Amino acid sequence: MRIAMLLGSRLGVELMLSLGKSALRALAAAAGLFAYAHAHADWATNLPRGVTEISSRIYDLHMLVLGIVTVIGVLVFAVLTYALIAFRKKPGVASATWDHSNLAEFIWTVIPFFVMVGLAIPAAQALILIEDTSGSELTVKITGYQWKWQYEYVGKNYSFYSTLGRESNVARQKNSGRDPYAVDNYLLEVDRPLVLPAGVKIRYLITSNDVNHAWWVPDFGVKRDAIPGYMNEGWFQVDRPGTYRGQCAELCGKDHGFMPIVVEVIPESEFDAWLRQQVTG
Amino acid sequence: MSVATHDHSDEHDAHGPEKGLMRWIRTTNHKDIGTLYLLFALVMLFVGGLMALVIRAELFQPGIQFVNPDFFNQMTTMHALIMVFGMIMPAFAGFANWMIPMMIGAPDMALPRMNNWSFWLLPFAGAMLLATLLMPGGGPASGWTLYPPLSLQAGDGFPFTIFSIHLLGISSIMASINIIVTILNMRAPGMTLMKMPMFVWTWLVTAYLLIGAMPVLAGGVTMLLTDQFFGTSFFQAAGGGDPVLFQHIFWFFGHPEVYIIILPAFGIVSQIIPTFSRKRLFGYDSMVYATASIGFLSYIVWAHHMFTVGMPLAGELFFMMTTMLIAVPTAVKVFNWISTMWRGSLTFETPMLFAIGFLFMFSIGGFTGLMMAIVPLDFQYHDTYFIVAHFHYVLVPGALFAALGGAYYWLPKWTGHMYDETLGKWHFWLSTIFVNLLFFPQHFLGLAGMPRRIPDYATQFTDWNLVSSIGAFGFGFAQLLFVWIVVQCARGGQKATSQVWDHPEGLEWTVPSPAPYHTFEEAPLVK
Repeated sequence: MRIAMLLGSRLGVELMLSLGKSALRALAAAAGLFAYAHAHADWATNLPRGVTEISSRIYDLHMLVLGIVTVIGVLVFAVLTYALIAFRKKPGVASATWDHSNLAEFIWTVIPFFVMVGLAIPAAQALILIEDTSGSELTVKITGYQWKWQYEYVGKNYSFYSTLGRESNVARQKNSGRDPYAVDNYLLEVDRPLVLPAGVKIRYLITSNDVNHAWWVPDFGVKRDAIPGYMNEGWFQVDRPGTYRGQCAELCGKDHGFMPIVVEVIPESEFDAWLRQQVTG
Repeated sequence: MSVATHDHSDEHDAHGPEKGLMRWIRTTNHKDIGTLYLLFALVMLFVGGLMALVIRAELFQPGIQFVNPDFFNQMTTMHALIMVFGMIMPAFAGFANWMIPMMIGAPDMALPRMNNWSFWLLPFAGAMLLATLLMPGGGPASGWTLYPPLSLQAGDGFPFTIFSIHLLGISSIMASINIIVTILNMRAPGMTLMKMPMFVWTWLVTAYLLIGAMPVLAGGVTMLLTDQFFGTSFFQAAGGGDPVLFQHIFWFFGHPEVYIIILPAFGIVSQIIPTFSRKRLFGYDSMVYATASIGFLSYIVWAHHMFTVGMPLAGELFFMMTTMLIAVPTAVKVFNWISTMWRGSLTFETPMLFAIGFLFMFSIGGFTGLMMAIVPLDFQYHDTYFIVAHFHYVLVPGALFAALGGAYYWLPKWTGHMYDETLGKWHFWLSTIFVNLLFFPQHFLGLAGMPRRIPDYATQFTDWNLVSSIGAFGFGFAQLLFVWIVVQCARGGQKATSQVWDHPEGLEWTVPSPAPYHTFEEAPLVK
């Protein structure tokens, strides 16, 4: 009996251990699979918060407005769904005969109006921030071409072109036989990224040399059209060094999808050295 | 008019339709012309839809598998032009032709010969537009907005595209004149303006929008034409012109155009919901005022399509606020439709299903529209798949669902037969499931950073694109079911009564089904 119990508990422990191990293995495998799926494609569903004051203001406003329309949507759809269920045709129940109510109509004209006014206020505040280009320390001129970008450090006597990375360019050809997944940052890589200093308010001027383009970096919350004959401006300040990617956002011809934007943000001290080296070297 | 002519027309009073092909070419009958419009729209639905499937096939996975980027751009451009000018506008013009005279107790449209002409311009304009695909340089590839300078980098098809837009515009303007004159002059005694069915009201406002907007488009594209061929520089910066001017001109047409498409849809839904709720339309007066104020507001919001061109702050704030204001009359409409159902006796025949689908999904498009009105947010949403999702929600489960609902609603009146209710419901549910599979993920793609009008994309956008493409093919094939239902209904089936539905309101239900070739030769008296 004792032996049996001992055996039993040993077996139990072993069983638990092995179960635990395989559970852990399964968990690890699942995590691995998840990580794999995540690395390959992340089913992303929302705006990034981004890395600039502008982008996080936009993100907060986006979440606020999304929240408000979701609440309104849920309420309206709930009422609608209730009506669909509750007022199905039933024998012996006749439809109501009323066909208007001034009070109700007044209320649901006025409420949306005030919701709109309520939304317009934070929107206007964010907009005023976005359009305030004063106090910038560095000006970069961006010029759109079919199908590349030119970046000029205004007053620093330095400019260059930035085009789609070579590997992406090979893989994107029709029936190239290359697996886009095998290319790092497929379609989001360039030969020469725009290099900018961290923690500095950067003013950009933007124009085009041929057709309309638009310079868009989601993480910066910046999208501005490049239009021939126009010099648009805006600003952003990135505090966290890193590599940020974007794309042309205005249809500009056959290779519209193939003129990405890559911005390399580096510490200010490194930037000064980098720029000096580019200008002299 | 001579006496002889008078005798001649007497002779014709009792005539039926001519036989054969000539009936359709020479017809001045509003019902024939309505049928022609509707059939043309149905054909174009599949032509434009095929182009959409080319787009979705290419976007099924990253990499370029089927078409070159330039042809891809031709497909996005032509898909939009065909769907807007060749499909949805003619579809609603078809409803207008068939239903407005019957709804107001008029014998026909006021200007029947012009009516014939406004239809028969369409097939030629459409054929010319499609023919550009075969010309050197291909079809237009600058997006349906035709922004210069890009639109001027076009092949031999360019002047044909412009000319075809001119013809489509002339057709729309003539149809609008006809509709306005008919509504204002040919109502039966007692049919005061404020007794007109909502569908007639929405078309009256739409017709005025068309007359205001189409000439502006015609002017804009003519300026493109002279820039290209006659040395002007309206839009060429190098010659002192202004590329943004075109965007203002285009959207001064383009925004009313949005309501030109959606107002008749509102009208159809406002006919369907009361019938299947067995209750009068709630808040008729406020519906009329809401329609009129949407019509007015549509002229002062155009620049919200171009917030990223670099407008002054004051301009951005003005257009943001006017745009947000449109949410008010639109919300009133949605609330009124729900109130119409409130304490009614609802049944869910196919037209009602499409109207309810419209209510849900048009509202989703409305919510995203409100989000995009807010300028800082638009800086992120603009020209991404988020806007693609938005306007497709408004146009497909919005306008197209209303048109499909309207077709089921009046098919028994047109053909004299009931359509197959079971198949109709299948059509609705398949369309609804697939249309959401098709367009809902596009919200996510846009927010996650995918620009619109690109033939290939970074690998992180693969999954939702795949889902969207599956939805697209499902939705496309589901529409074949509709063709089958319509053909079946035209050829036979259970005989429809003159009322068709359970005590619907409106003069069209007082005439037999199918509606005789001539109706209301003597005006009915409306109490």
